[in-house]
Amino acid sequence: MFEWLGISAQGLYGQILIGLINGSFYAILSLGLAIIFGLLNIVNFTHGAQYMMGAFVAWGAANYLGLGYWWALLLAPLVVGAVGILIETTLLRRLYQSDHVYGLLLTFGLALVIEGGFRQAFGISGERYEIPEELQGATHLGFMVLPNYRAWVVLASATLCLVTWVLIERTRLGAYLRAGTENPNLLRAFGVNVPLLVTLTYGFGAALAGLTGVLAAPIFQVNPTMGTNLLIVVFAVVVVGGLGSIIGSIITGIGLGLVEGLTKVFYPEGSAVVIFVAMAVVLLLRPNGLFGKGK
Amino acid sequence: MNVMTWSRQRTGFVLLVALGLLAPFVIYPIFLMKALCFALFACALNLLLGYAGLLSFGHAAFFGGAAYVTGYVMTVLSWPVEAGLLAGTVFGLLLGVVFGGLAIRRQGLYFTMVTLALAQMVFFLCLQIKATGGEDGLQGIPRGALFGVLDLNQSLNLYYVVFAIFLAGFVFIYRVVHSPFGNVLKAIRENEPRAISLGYNAERHKLVAFILSAGLAGLAGSTKAIVFQLASLTDVHWSMSGEVVLMTLVGGMGTLFGPVVGAVFVVSLDHLLAPFGSWFTVVMGVIFVACVLLFKKGIVGSLRWPSKPARTSSADTPAATA
Repeated sequence: MFEWLGISAQGLYGQILIGLINGSFYAILSLGLAIIFGLLNIVNFTHGAQYMMGAFVAWGAANYLGLGYWWALLLAPLVVGAVGILIETTLLRRLYQSDHVYGLLLTFGLALVIEGGFRQAFGISGERYEIPEELQGATHLGFMVLPNYRAWVVLASATLCLVTWVLIERTRLGAYLRAGTENPNLLRAFGVNVPLLVTLTYGFGAALAGLTGVLAAPIFQVNPTMGTNLLIVVFAVVVVGGLGSIIGSIITGIGLGLVEGLTKVFYPEGSAVVIFVAMAVVLLLRPNGLFGKGK
Repeated sequence: MNVMTWSRQRTGFVLLVALGLLAPFVIYPIFLMKALCFALFACALNLLLGYAGLLSFGHAAFFGGAAYVTGYVMTVLSWPVEAGLLAGTVFGLLLGVVFGGLAIRRQGLYFTMVTLALAQMVFFLCLQIKATGGEDGLQGIPRGALFGVLDLNQSLNLYYVVFAIFLAGFVFIYRVVHSPFGNVLKAIRENEPRAISLGYNAERHKLVAFILSAGLAGLAGSTKAIVFQLASLTDVHWSMSGEVVLMTLVGGMGTLFGPVVGAVFVVSLDHLLAPFGSWFTVVMGVIFVACVLLFKKGIVGSLRWPSKPARTSSADTPAATA
């Protein structure tokens, strides 16, 4: 179909698939950032480190405890979420009266501590994490060969986005969360334990990042620097999509992932910067972002 | 500014000049020059963060980008050193026009994220294009002779040139901060809607501050390239942007001497912890956390007399536009 451009159909579909996977990661991570930002008014710079910790929990569980991928999917969000709750209750909580900038600086400092610690302990060369047995191999679809694990990641991320959306838009807890985003004082007056809600929200956001880390572990190398580099791209995604809308985060994340994947096919040199260029273009045309109301 | 502040600032300035003139006889000049480059870099960031209340997390792009430009024109095109410094500074200014123009379209935390993302784009460009030498960077940048007369390979000559550049930048920032423009900038930081209602064009003031800050960061980067004869990916990496924010934070945002003190502090720390690998990153992170939680005013900010209630509230939240 695109042979006349010197591009094989297999290559094109392969890159679209990778774009879809990267896009789902952008979507879940920006979703987590949006949830945390909504209630805590903090841009969580530790998000990347939390994603990296999730991948390392999976790797550590396999290497030290002999626990496989499926256990890691359960364990990583619990561990990373617990660390997140610890961070919120001991550190972040002290800053809610201060300027938003301090929250960013604090979480940036924490990201440095975590990343530096992991780099000291595990080096920067990265560790391999095997695809679980059940998901190895590939399926022939006729027009392309689909690696099973990648299909699973797309499916799992889509489910994760859907579950989060349902949780926030269709449950009582989610209603509290949305109410807290609008007006925490009023919500408190109705007898809701807002500080607890804030703690749980941060823990949930962190757990989401940790879970994404497990999904990513078999695709990318498990590496202490994997988180922050990804997070900066996610920031660009967030600037494009805005932090105000859940659906907006998902659409923007997946959309920009696909754009990046297609760039890899047609102009590989530009793939590292295409998302930043897209951000610049959006800033020029729609300064408030695609879905943002502006802030 | 009252009389007491002014006399204290004058004392501080005299002390700074005296220390700067005598230091190379006591301390290793290369270390001092590194500290001076970073001090100028931190002062440039402070102009934006401390006085305009805008937190840029992308200043490494101006610093490192200018270092590459200076390195390129001096090694490949064999330009003289003054032209190299000028080229780097102009590059910083121009990049500041582009980045500033984009970033001030968003406010608060979005502004910070935009600057960080744009700087990361510069990092990838430096990694990919041929002129920057990829992973190796540009090495062996010649120092040459200033105006063809003063041999900069003599470390003492180089030191005093670097010190003069730093002082020029420092005095320039002082003049900007204490000009009517600087006062409007502070007014915008404190209360942007009110400044706008008084008829000031907030966007244009912020943009000019951004461009000046970027140009000075470029000058610092160019100077650094000549001192170390090297422009590398470290200079454009996001951790460099974080480091300069830390210098400003430790020293005291919105104080004239804070960034200088902070830069000396962080550069010394870097020097001490150099043999311990990634522990420097960890310690930097811990200091970030400690500053934010316990020490928001920084070293110089805490030295101020607490007898000025009208200003203490502004010192608590120097970046209050978010």
